[in-house]
Order: sequence, then structure tokens, then C-alpha cells
Amino acid sequence: MEKEFEALIPQVCVITDIRKDTPDVKTFRVVALDGKKPFIHKPGQCAMLSIPGVGEALFSITSSPTQTEYVEFSIKKCGCVTEMLHSFEVGQQITVRGPYGRCFPVDTVFKGKDMLFIAGGIGLAPLRSVINYIRDNRKDYGKVAIVYGSRSADDLVDYKEIIDEWQKEKDFDVYLTIDREQEGWTGHVGFVPNYVKEVNIPNTYTAVLCGPPIMIKFTLQGLLELGFEKKNIYTTLELRMKCGIGKCGRCNVGGKYVCKDGPVFCMTELDELPDEY
Amino acid sequence: MLKIDISSLPLLYEKIASLYPLVLPIKKANEVNYDKYSNGAEVSLFTLKTNKSPKDMFFPQTEDLMKFKVDGQKIEIIDTRKEAQPFVVMGVKACDYKAFEVLDRVFLVDPIDTYYKTKREAGIIITLACDRPEESCFCKAFNIDASSPLGDITTWKVGDKLFWKANTQKGKDLTEKIKDLFTEGDEKTVEKAKQEITETISKLPFSNIDVNALSKDEMLDTFKSDKWSKLSEACLGCGTCTFVCPTCQCFDIREFNANDKIMRFRCWDSCMYKDFTKTAGGQPRPTQMQRFRQRFMHKLVYYPENNDGLYSCVGCGRCVKKCPSHLNIVKVIKAFGGEKK
Repeated sequence: MEKEFEALIPQVCVITDIRKDTPDVKTFRVVALDGKKPFIHKPGQCAMLSIPGVGEALFSITSSPTQTEYVEFSIKKCGCVTEMLHSFEVGQQITVRGPYGRCFPVDTVFKGKDMLFIAGGIGLAPLRSVINYIRDNRKDYGKVAIVYGSRSADDLVDYKEIIDEWQKEKDFDVYLTIDREQEGWTGHVGFVPNYVKEVNIPNTYTAVLCGPPIMIKFTLQGLLELGFEKKNIYTTLELRMKCGIGKCGRCNVGGKYVCKDGPVFCMTELDELPDEY
Repeated sequence: MLKIDISSLPLLYEKIASLYPLVLPIKKANEVNYDKYSNGAEVSLFTLKTNKSPKDMFFPQTEDLMKFKVDGQKIEIIDTRKEAQPFVVMGVKACDYKAFEVLDRVFLVDPIDTYYKTKREAGIIITLACDRPEESCFCKAFNIDASSPLGDITTWKVGDKLFWKANTQKGKDLTEKIKDLFTEGDEKTVEKAKQEITETISKLPFSNIDVNALSKDEMLDTFKSDKWSKLSEACLGCGTCTFVCPTCQCFDIREFNANDKIMRFRCWDSCMYKDFTKTAGGQPRPTQMQRFRQRFMHKLVYYPENNDGLYSCVGCGRCVKKCPSHLNIVKVIKAFGGEKK
């Protein structure tokens, strides 16, 4: 008898390309064993990657759904699974299951809107998926502004793509910043929350934030001061997860499970949740 | 309605066990737990509160998920799922039976957990009405009728007889196979027994618990109230309440190396443990108060919010009896107004 599909059982995939973005971030290109994309996803969704014997962890899918050949994950080295992933070479197999979670509302709320993306460090990973999705469906969206910052110029993820492609895109404004002065850096220096206020994007834009909690906190304050409405501000949450399908209980906050009801949340929804994320 | 002499129960156990694996309360090292029947086992069918609940039968404390074979850069996944064979769980009380519904609403919603589902479908459940509910019981607060539990078959102990009634096709099929052991029973005798049970329950110390009077808005509003610090002050974070709880379903997924293969398994976990939510980036619930609050908010507010008002507590009272610090959900319910005025 054919066994029923089980969400917890992953598929074997293979790493076909590894790009070193920063000293501690690598982007892994992954395909299924048949050479095709392992799954169809939406911008903002996540997938569980695992290395048998080491563990399983949830990562945001950084490639756009419009990329038909493969999926990509930009991963920062910060734990057992990520450290092992960073030691891998092309040709290494890993297991993948997903995609999981609720995506950014690219087909509904975001349609026709002017978009402001604000990211800090590795926080660009999930936003890259939406940004490239918008580039590939350009006529469906308005103007795009991107404020992206990191510790140093070396820590900007996807720097090449930002310079070579995003900055050249029509109606795309890219604002880069780094935390401290650095030799050879002629761009802006300063923290993301302050820079967001300086660049003064009209508060009619829909804002999407992703980055370390401290950045989110101060940027949000800044946006509200600029007159942005909470209903026009989105972010993604990250909590510990094991199953990814709303059963293991780990990522439960209030009535929500970040793995299936998130990771994308509108600020108005976050206001309803207890402050435990 | 059928009946059998209590003194003949060993024959019934033997007969059922000859057809299917039989699981029922068995005494081992002075503790009564659901366990597989074998000849000579010390069956303790009428123990009111088994140590652990029968949730193990469908959601085992540890359960293999799949195996991996790793060879250089290559990985092979070996699906270790087996088709579950029919089995019988006997002596399930009304509260524990209701807990299956609470678990179903987690494991059987899309995407379905097939590990749980196959066992749930294979299980034939024989419930037992509680003839002597005790002071730690408060199932009535959750509208559970301990005098008439459901299940594939319901049984009642009345005097020296066990009354037996099949409810479902599965229950009728099993009954058909073992009917020689029974004689016709009188419905009225059972009705009378049910009334007595209901009366006993109405006199229990926790009969004043009224979860409908619980102020959920207050619980959400007072998420940061001092009440939680006070209620959780003595919590050791041992997780006993979660392990004996028939509705707690949080789990961990881990792996171990078994010779040349890697086994991925899941095991019960507890929101009371500090590592439960710990990530490389931080800890959203660093204090025991927050973990304690999460457990009760989940049972009394969040779960009902997502499940048509069904509470994730069935009033079995195990946490009341087992907590080494005498903390329990009843104290939480009372602190937030869940008492009859």
C-alpha cells in the first residue's frame, strides 16, 4: 500500500552552488535530486533544512519564486547546523522540507503599492525574495525604496546584486549604510533606524522590516514618528521551531504559531500578540 | 447492553488479547500505567487515575520518525513508518478520552500527522465510567460526563458486574467476536449507577470550578499582572505537569547515531523547560514565570481561541496530584475568576 504523505519526512536535495557573501554569511543554491526546484514557494516563506546527524533548522527562502531553476538560502553561521552547512562543498546533499508559513501579501495588499524595504544584516535574506519578485513583476507595484545596513561594508549580503542590478532598476532607490566608518567606504555611515528618518520616504509607502530585534524596535518607532500607519508596516518573526507545521508547540505566541501563521506579520497583528517574541 | 462478572474479567482480557494486542491499566512497581497485557500481568482496571494518561498509545513518549543513511556527500532517507495493526485500549476514563479530541485537533488538522493518525485509526477504545471520582477530579468543569464516556465501547462497573455497550461499528465488531463471555444486562441498572456517579461528582471539592466564568479578557489584559509571578513562584520547572497531562502535545525532534544509520525521532518536550524556546539569537521566555504563564494561557485562552472554545484541559487532576510544589491549573483558574459565585 502506498504510504500517506508525511510532512515531517523531507526530500533529499543537493547544493549546486555556494557563494560567500560576507565573512559569516554564505548563500546556498539548492535543487532536488532530479535537478529541478524542490518546491514552489511564495516570497517570505521558509523551509526546513537538515543535515542528518547534526540537526534540522528553519531558514527563510531568499530566492524569488520567479527563479524557476533553483532555490537559494542565505545563511549566517551561528549554531551547529549553520556551522556545518558553512563547511560544505558543492555536491553535498542535504534534506529539505517545506515551504512553510504565510508569505508576504504580494498578490493582495502589496499590489500597486509603493514599497519601502528596511533590512539589517542577514535580515535582507527574506526581503531579497520579495524584492526580486517585485522586479520580475514590475508593472504590478509602485516605487521601491530599500534601506539596508550592516556592521561593515564586508557584511552587506548580496552586495554585488544590489550594486549591479537593484541600483540600476527603474524607480528603485537603494540606500546603503554601515555602522562605523571604514576605509574605502564612501557611502552613508550610521544605524538603520536613524538613516530611515534621514532619507525621509513618504509615509504612504508600505514598509517591510527585517533585521535584529533592536533594529526593528527603533525603526518601527521612527516610522510611526514619520506618520506611517501600523497597518502598512510588515515584519517577520523568528522563533525556535522543530516541526514547521504548527504541532510541536515551540513557536506558539498567543493564539499564533509563527511557523504556520507567520513568519510574516502585519504590525497590527503583532499588537494583538503578547510580547514574547 | 451486556454484562460480565468482575470475577470473570481475566477471561475477558485473555480473550481480547488472543485477538488483538490489549493495553490497559497495569500495576508495575507500585505504579499503575497503561501497558500491554500479558498473561500474569497485574491488571488494575479500576484504578481511577493512572500515573500517565493513555496518550502514549497514540503519541508515544518517544517515537522513531525516519532513518538516514549517510555516505560521503550522499544521503538516503529510509521511511520507517509501519502500518499500524488494530489494538485495544481498555479502561479509558471520560477525561482521558476527551483528551484524544484535544490531540486530534492538533495532529489531524492539515498537514495530517500520519504517525498519530495510523495509530488513532487502528485503536479500538473501551472506556470506563468513573464509579468513584475523587477529590482531585474536575472534569465536569469542562462539560465532560464521567458517568457516560464515549469511545468504541463504554463500560460501567456496578457492584460485582461490568456492564458493556458497543457504540461504534469497530466496537460492535469486537463485541461480536467475544459475545460468548457476556449475558444480557439491564439498562436501568446502568442508568441508576450513572445518576449516582453524577451525584458524587456534584459533591466534589472542585465542583465550584467554572471555566466559563474565567475572564479571558482579564487574562490577556493582565498578561503582565503580578498574579502570574505569585502563582508561579514555587514552580521548579520540572515539567512533571506536562508529562502526566493527557492533552500536552509539545514535542522535540532529535537524532541519534545507530551504527551505520542515523535515527530521527521525536519525544515529548515541555514548555516548562528553559531550552524549549532558546535560539542562537536569544530566549523569548527567559523566566520560569513566563514559561508557567505560557502553559496556562495556552490551555485556557490560546487553544480554545483556535478550537471553537474547546479547552486544552480535561480536568483529570493529575497535575493537581503530581506537582511537587502543589501548583496546578485549578489555582490558576480560581485566580482569574473561574469559580461559581
